[in-house]
Amino acid sequence: MGQVSLKDVSKSFALRIENKTQIVHALKSVSFDVAESEIVVLIGPSGCGKTTALRILMGLETASRGKVTIDGREIKGCGYDRGLVFQHAELLPWLSAVKNVMFGLEMKGMRGPELKETAMRYLDLVGLKDAADRRPYQLSGGMKQRVGIARALAIDPEVLLMDEPFGALDAQTRENLQAELLDIQKRTGKSIVFVTHDLDEAVLLADRIVVMRSGYVQEIIDVPLRKLGLDMATARATPTFGQIRLKVWEALHNQPTSSHAH
Amino acid sequence: MSNEKKPVIVDDMAIKLKREVPNWVITLSSVVLVLLLWEYFGRNVNPIFGSHPVAIGIAFWKMVKSGLLLKALAQSLQAFIVGYGLSVIVGIPLGLLIGRSRVLEASIGVFVTAAYAMPLVALVPLLVLWFGLGFTVKAAVVFLMAVFPIVINTWLGVRGVPKTLIEVGKSLVAPPHVVMMRIVLPATLPYIMAGTKLAVGRAVVAMVIAEFFTAISGLGSIIINAANSFDTAAMFVPVIVIMILATGLNSFVGWIERRVAPWHTEMSGRSES
Repeated sequence: MGQVSLKDVSKSFALRIENKTQIVHALKSVSFDVAESEIVVLIGPSGCGKTTALRILMGLETASRGKVTIDGREIKGCGYDRGLVFQHAELLPWLSAVKNVMFGLEMKGMRGPELKETAMRYLDLVGLKDAADRRPYQLSGGMKQRVGIARALAIDPEVLLMDEPFGALDAQTRENLQAELLDIQKRTGKSIVFVTHDLDEAVLLADRIVVMRSGYVQEIIDVPLRKLGLDMATARATPTFGQIRLKVWEALHNQPTSSHAH
Repeated sequence: MSNEKKPVIVDDMAIKLKREVPNWVITLSSVVLVLLLWEYFGRNVNPIFGSHPVAIGIAFWKMVKSGLLLKALAQSLQAFIVGYGLSVIVGIPLGLLIGRSRVLEASIGVFVTAAYAMPLVALVPLLVLWFGLGFTVKAAVVFLMAVFPIVINTWLGVRGVPKTLIEVGKSLVAPPHVVMMRIVLPATLPYIMAGTKLAVGRAVVAMVIAEFFTAISGLGSIIINAANSFDTAAMFVPVIVIMILATGLNSFVGWIERRVAPWHTEMSGRSES
C-alpha cells in the first residue's frame, strides 16, 4: 500500500506576460517511484517544478502528459488515498484545532461520536491534545503545522504529501518537527512525498532524494541514513550525512548532464 | 518573597485600571457637551430657521402623548424591516454566487456595480407609479438602496478568500456546495457584516426618502408636514429619532457580527465595545 509512481509526467501551460503568450514547461518528462513506507524528498531551487509535481500528485492540477498511479490505480482528481499538508498549514481560522481535524473526517463521511474521538487521537499523535479547543490564531506556527499534519493523517491516506511544511518555521521548531515526523512515519508506516529546498532537511528525512532542476529530474539519490535509526543530532555527525549532502549539493549546482539538456 | 511581590503587581493593575476612562463615559460627555452648546447658541436663533434641544424635547413629548410619533415609527420600521430583510436574504447569496462564478461575474457584475451608483431618488416617482403610495413602495426603495452594498461587499469578500483555503476543501474532496457553505461563506462573513452595516445607513436614508415622496405615513411624513408648516422643532423630532435608530441598528449589527464571526474581532485585536 502507498506505492506512488510518476511516469513521464509533463506539465505545460500558457502564460501571458505583457500581451505576449509564453509557453511554460513546468515539468519535463518527470518519473520517480515511491515504495511503501518510503520517504521521498523532492528538492530543487524555486521554479524547478517540485511543487507542481506534488500538486499533480495530489490532483489539484492535471498533467499535460504522463501517468500518475497510486497502488497501480491511475489518479483522477483529489482522493482520500492522499493527504496534503500545506506550506502554511491553512487551517480554517473559524474552527478550533480539533474541529479543523474533524473537518477532514467529516468530508470523508465520518459521523457521530467517533468523529471527535478520531480527531483527538490524531491531535494526540502530534502532541497537541491539550490545545484541542484553541483557535488557529492562538497557536504558534509550529503548532498550526502539527494540526495540519493531524488533519492530513486523520483521513488515513496511503500517502502523505507535504509541500515545504516546515519552511516558515524557526530552526528549533523545524528540527523538533522533523524528528517528530520521522517518529510518526515509523508508527503509522505511511509513504511520504516531501517537498523542500532545505538540503539538510532533505538528507535527514529522505530514503531517496529526487533532485529537480528547471522542470526535469536531475538525479535520484538513495539515502541510507534513516535506516540506521539514529537520532537527528547523531545522524548529522555521521560521515554518511556529509557525503550525501555533498552529492545532493553537486547535483543542485553542477551543469546539467547532457542527456537531460533540452 | 513571592508573597511580597504579588500585591505590588495587583496594585500596578489597579492603578492602570483606574486611569482608564470607560468609552461610554467619553461618548456620553461628548454628547452632553454638544447638546449644551446647541442649546446655548440655538436659543438665539429665530424658531423658523433653527431650534434647540429643549424646544425639540417639548415637541417630542407632545408627539409621544398624541401617539403620532409611535405610530409613525411603527409604520417606518415595518417598511424598513421588510426591505432590509429582503436585501440581506437576496444580497448575500447573490454576492456569493457572483464571486464564485466567472460567468455570473461577467454577466451580472456590471449591473450590480452600475446599480450601486444609481441615483435612486430620481427613480422614486416611477416606483410610486408601480407600487402606489403605501407600504410596498417604501419597502421597495429600502430594498433597492440596501441590497447593492451587501452584494458588492459579499462579492469582494469571496474574491478575497485565499485560494489555498479553497484547496483545503478540494484536497479533502469536498463538493462545490460544501466548499461554498463551509469554507467560502465563513471566510467571507467579515465582509458580509461590513456590507450589512453599510446597508443600514443607506436603508434608513431610503426609508425617509420614500416617505418624503409618499408623505402620508411614517417618520418622513412628519418631517415633511412639520417643515411645510414651519414647525422646525417638530421637524427635528423624527430626524433625531432616525439618527438614534440608525446608531442603535448599527450596534445591533455589530453585536450580530461578534456572535457569528468572533474569530475576526479576536484576530484583529479589537476589544468588544
